[in-house]
Amino acid sequence: MPADPTPHGATASGAGTTGAAPQRLAQAALRDLPWEVGVAKPDAAVVVDGVTRTFGGLTAVSVDHLEIQRGGITGLIGPNGAGKTTLFNLLTGFDQPDTGTWSFNGRSLGRLAPHQVARLGVVRTFQLTKALSRLTVLQNMLLGAQGQRGESFFRALVPGTWRAQEKANTEKAMDLLRRFKLDAKKDDFAGTLSGGQRKLLEMARALMSDPQVVMLDEPMAGVNPALTQSLLGHVKDLREEGMTVIFVEHDMDVVRDISDWVVVMAAGKVIAEGPPESISQNQAVVDAYLGAHHDAPLTVEDEDRVLAEVEAQIAREEHGGTAGSSDSNEGTGR
Amino acid sequence: MADLLNALAVAGKSALGFQAIFFALLAIGINVQFGYAGLLNFGQIAFALLGGFGIAISVSKWGLPFWVGVLVGLLAAVVLALLLGLPTLRLRADYLAIATIATAEGLRLLFRSVSATPVTNGTRGLSAFNGDFIALAPWNTSQRYSILGTSWSGGELWVALVGWVLVVLGSLLVFALMRSPWGRVLKSIREDEDAVRALGKNVYVYKMQALVLGGVFGALGGMVYAVGTGSAVPDQYQNANTFLAYAALILGGAARVLGPVVGSMILLFILQFADTGLRLLISNGIIPEDLLSSTDVAQIRFVLVGIGLMLLLIFRPQGIFGDRREVMLDAR
Repeated sequence: MPADPTPHGATASGAGTTGAAPQRLAQAALRDLPWEVGVAKPDAAVVVDGVTRTFGGLTAVSVDHLEIQRGGITGLIGPNGAGKTTLFNLLTGFDQPDTGTWSFNGRSLGRLAPHQVARLGVVRTFQLTKALSRLTVLQNMLLGAQGQRGESFFRALVPGTWRAQEKANTEKAMDLLRRFKLDAKKDDFAGTLSGGQRKLLEMARALMSDPQVVMLDEPMAGVNPALTQSLLGHVKDLREEGMTVIFVEHDMDVVRDISDWVVVMAAGKVIAEGPPESISQNQAVVDAYLGAHHDAPLTVEDEDRVLAEVEAQIAREEHGGTAGSSDSNEGTGR
Repeated sequence: MADLLNALAVAGKSALGFQAIFFALLAIGINVQFGYAGLLNFGQIAFALLGGFGIAISVSKWGLPFWVGVLVGLLAAVVLALLLGLPTLRLRADYLAIATIATAEGLRLLFRSVSATPVTNGTRGLSAFNGDFIALAPWNTSQRYSILGTSWSGGELWVALVGWVLVVLGSLLVFALMRSPWGRVLKSIREDEDAVRALGKNVYVYKMQALVLGGVFGALGGMVYAVGTGSAVPDQYQNANTFLAYAALILGGAARVLGPVVGSMILLFILQFADTGLRLLISNGIIPEDLLSSTDVAQIRFVLVGIGLMLLLIFRPQGIFGDRREVMLDAR
């Protein structure tokens, strides 16, 4: 992959790669945008407007305007409690906001149930992996397929109506499993897989639904470094196939490696967005992660003041120490 | 020795009689709900009560034909399932459990109450509604027949035959459903609802379908019981029966097509064998009368079944048909 700008990027494995250089159309399209919050994207797949969600007195999410570029990988980062997962839940119908609108391909997603959102082509994974333990890996995969005739109660009783479709789905599932190197495990219970394999399975299962937008909630959390590389490759593959990827991640190396655009949240708000390289220089981001005055230089006056404070404290402690010793003297005198 | 054989024969009759069918149908329903879909229905007996009284009231009070009574019972069960499911299936699993257990007890008390007496005959219950059904038997129902050392009346045999046909058809239905994509969605819901929602399935609808289907099986069980005993008395439908059906299901193996059927047969066999066996030992003086009198046997046999179930859960948690690896996956 000569055009891959990052030297340590995993090579995409399996069916997704054709040997051609990856076309980072989204990155090119986003190159000239200003690095400011709420900037309009040339081709937005998801648009969020004025969405707020409060839990009692806590405002978990308050996003004024956010657009997600189609066909790109958008990283969503922020300190713990920034509202990233809550925003995911709102976008996918798992939670309903107090105010605001949000749309996918211009179609409003307000008040839609999670399964309706999924049917529109917005599919998500979860921070705590949800492998269906007592189903086999293959059954997990087959569940992901959409529009299955055999999933209706009455048609389920007439195998003729769904056999052919089931066969096609099984082939598709096996292709995906091979790509994710899980094909040898197809008849094992998903509950026997390792944590990393479960992440892979969850991603593969999401792909069974031919999604347009894939939302990954911490896809690399708790995955060993070797598998991380392979997962990264798979996420890049999604972009190659024209899907829009939104992912939450804490590992900045990963974010820098694969994102076309990064959105930073803190305390429920979007505080910065821009290409990955812009983020580490952004003062608002540094403040959000490390506190506002962590590295402000000391002036001479400040230094003197701090010194005086410390000296005064030492003097107080010495005084306190003598008082303490006189107490103990009294104690022994009795 | 002859006594022992006789006790075995009596227990065998019990394992094939209408009571075993009653528990098998209840347990098949619970298997669909709990075993496959993960729904906690602790009031399966309420569906049985509606099934039994559906026939009893239709025939003896309203003078309708027997088969209309069957339809009334099934319809009542479907309505009850919808009523229970509508408010609770969007919530966590425990809410359905609470609602069903309360409904089971509430319905029984309602049916035996004084104000319901004009319809249900209160605590005395209804009888003489199964004539049309017994008359359909291809053999003489007033005669007694000897099978495997036990005596069956013609009516008993007919009820048992039709009942087992129902059990077989029900098991085939469950088998067909659970190997279809529909069954796959149901099993996935048991594992994790949110994952299934995120994959575009309307979880609420599937749970409702499972609740209704299980309730219909419960109603069929109640019908077999009412027709088998020839009477419908509210106090026959104690909620302890729900838990016996759960015991049968776990004994046989949950989420297995034949688990509830074989489990019910074994449960009834053990209950009856413990009963006859203990009485035999007491009357022969092997168990001293001061230690255990024959009046205590009816209770003691349930204690024995309880101990047996505990041992089963310790040494074979997957039941008879279950897969141990599969069951142990949950013990993460």
